[in-house]
Amino acid sequence: MTLLDAEGLRTVYGDGCDRCLDATGDRAGTNQCPHCGSVVACAEADLTVRAGEVLGIVGESGSGKSSLAEQLALERDPDAETDGVVRYAGHEGNLLDVDYETRHDLRTGDIALVHQHIRDGLNPEFTGGGNVAEKLLSAGWRSFEDVRARVRELFEATEIPVDRMDDPTSTYSGGMQRRVQIARALANDPELVVLDEPTTGLDVSVQARVLDMFRRVQREKGVAAVVVSHDLGVVRLLADRTLVMRHGRVVESGLTDRVMEDPHHEYTQTLINSVI
Amino acid sequence: MTVLSVEGLSKTFDMHVLGDTQVVGLDDVSFDVREGEFLAVVGESGSGKSSLLKCLYRTYDPTGGRIVYHGADELADGDAGDGIDLAACDDREVIALRDATIGYTSQFLDEIPRVPAVDVVARPLREQGVPAEDARGEARELLSRLDLPEALWEAYPATFSGGERQRVNLAQALSPRPTLLLLDEPTSALDPETRQAAIDLLREYVGEDTTVVGVFHNTAVIEAVADRVVVLDDGKLQRVVPVADFEGEVVG
Ligand SMILES: Nc1ncnc2c1ncn2[C@@H]1O[C@H](COP(=O)(O)OP(=O)(O)OP(=O)(O)O)[C@@H](O)[C@H]1O
Ligand SMILES: Nc1ncnc2c1ncn2[C@@H]1O[C@H](COP(=O)(O)OP(=O)(O)O)[C@@H](O)[C@H]1O
Ligand SMILES: [Mg+2]
Ligand SMILES: [Mg+2]
Ligand SMILES: [Zn+2]
Repeated sequence: MTLLDAEGLRTVYGDGCDRCLDATGDRAGTNQCPHCGSVVACAEADLTVRAGEVLGIVGESGSGKSSLAEQLALERDPDAETDGVVRYAGHEGNLLDVDYETRHDLRTGDIALVHQHIRDGLNPEFTGGGNVAEKLLSAGWRSFEDVRARVRELFEATEIPVDRMDDPTSTYSGGMQRRVQIARALANDPELVVLDEPTTGLDVSVQARVLDMFRRVQREKGVAAVVVSHDLGVVRLLADRTLVMRHGRVVESGLTDRVMEDPHHEYTQTLINSVI
Repeated sequence: MTVLSVEGLSKTFDMHVLGDTQVVGLDDVSFDVREGEFLAVVGESGSGKSSLLKCLYRTYDPTGGRIVYHGADELADGDAGDGIDLAACDDREVIALRDATIGYTSQFLDEIPRVPAVDVVARPLREQGVPAEDARGEARELLSRLDLPEALWEAYPATFSGGERQRVNLAQALSPRPTLLLLDEPTSALDPETRQAAIDLLREYVGEDTTVVGVFHNTAVIEAVADRVVVLDDGKLQRVVPVADFEGEVVG
């Protein structure tokens, strides 16, 4: 079953002009329009995600991965001009056009985003448990007991020591904070989780454990995911299919092992060779 | 019955980073595999053995030819008996086929370092919905059959020797009992004793329901397990012979 179907996603920073699209992208070799100076962070992006599937998005820094991921997660950036269509199973119409309340409900329930920056979306003064509970409360949970029990369950699933639940989040290690973000994202059993650079800011050994934990939870819950990373290893471990981005465009897509071992596009070949 | 029909399979790599040179991996290779057969693939280094297996698994996108697979006709949308062209079906179909019926081992094991060997082997079973304890039980059985010391079952394969990893690899490929099993040099790093254990296991597992296409270097192994031998030379099919006719030839 197709969960999410996106077409023609575009994010432009700046006023834009009618030559922006022709003057940017892979062939133009830049994401900045030479005529008007606007940055075409991503454009002409089409993709689908099936229920339970993991889609990877790779590309160098600035290639537009986060801009694309934010659109998929229905995150609005007031500085950007956006366009495109996101259809989602069980919902009518284009989710990019829905009213504030519907969008809020979707983002609380169906689609969760884990931000690139480790503390984004977390209040460092709240306890770790409080940060997770907040997500439950905004979905209408009211019973104190139920919330505690659910938070405890999420701490266990994401391998955060339960006895640290009532400590301020600012006292947590980077790996624990990342887990709190993931626990929060999973709190209301979403069908899709968008993870932006899940290993950024973590030591290599901590990275492996967080990825391993996420992979296990993702499979157990059958939740679909979009995983954004500049690190090919992360996407290789997690993703069934992968998109490669450059200068704001998707230049190649396919089965993850195919993209890694038989890259077709010149840029993908360079990217893979530079790692091996 | 034919389970796999490889027709004019070609694979050319366009190397954009090396001044747009082309490298030929496979050139117009055709052969059939019968249901339940064990087919060995041999040839010198660089002759296209791994490329062949990777095309069948679609880790490589074939650039020509067809790979008609009859092992999952229930998943095909055409008429029954038409099979599925693995060279042309879309990525989602490939994922479904891999999950349900096609197993593959590469020469290398890339698992997350923190997963214990027994869980690596149990994973395909877990994904088919087998309860955790049953899957782990089956995994332990396979690892013990392959003589992997019990002390290593709960350890992480990242720290294993080549031969130990290879046994984890092989056990993982066998555990879900796939209909089509693609093995790339599954015994190359094993000592003679362990190799014998692997041969015994392969012979036992590979019965009527499993068809194997495997790359092997060791003549003794081929004689012990294979029905027919596909010989590749410089990307081309040189010949396909019954294993009896292959006996005594020097490989690669
Ligand atoms: N991903 C790839 N990109 C470019 N060329 C490749 C790739 N994979 C294989 N080739 C080329 O295709 C040819 C066949 O290689 P292949 O790996 O299939 O050989 P092999 O028979 O498995 O060799 P070995 O016995 O050394 O494992 C070689 O010329 C090789 O360099
Ligand atoms: N708020 C913003 N204002 C202006 N430009 C931005 C903003 N956010 C991102 N960009 C630009 O958009 C492009 C894509 O950025 P981003 O999507 O963050 O890339 P990635 O996640 O692949 O590193 C970059 O050129 C970046 O500088
Ligand atoms: Mg980013
Ligand atoms: Mg090889
Ligand atoms: Zn412009």
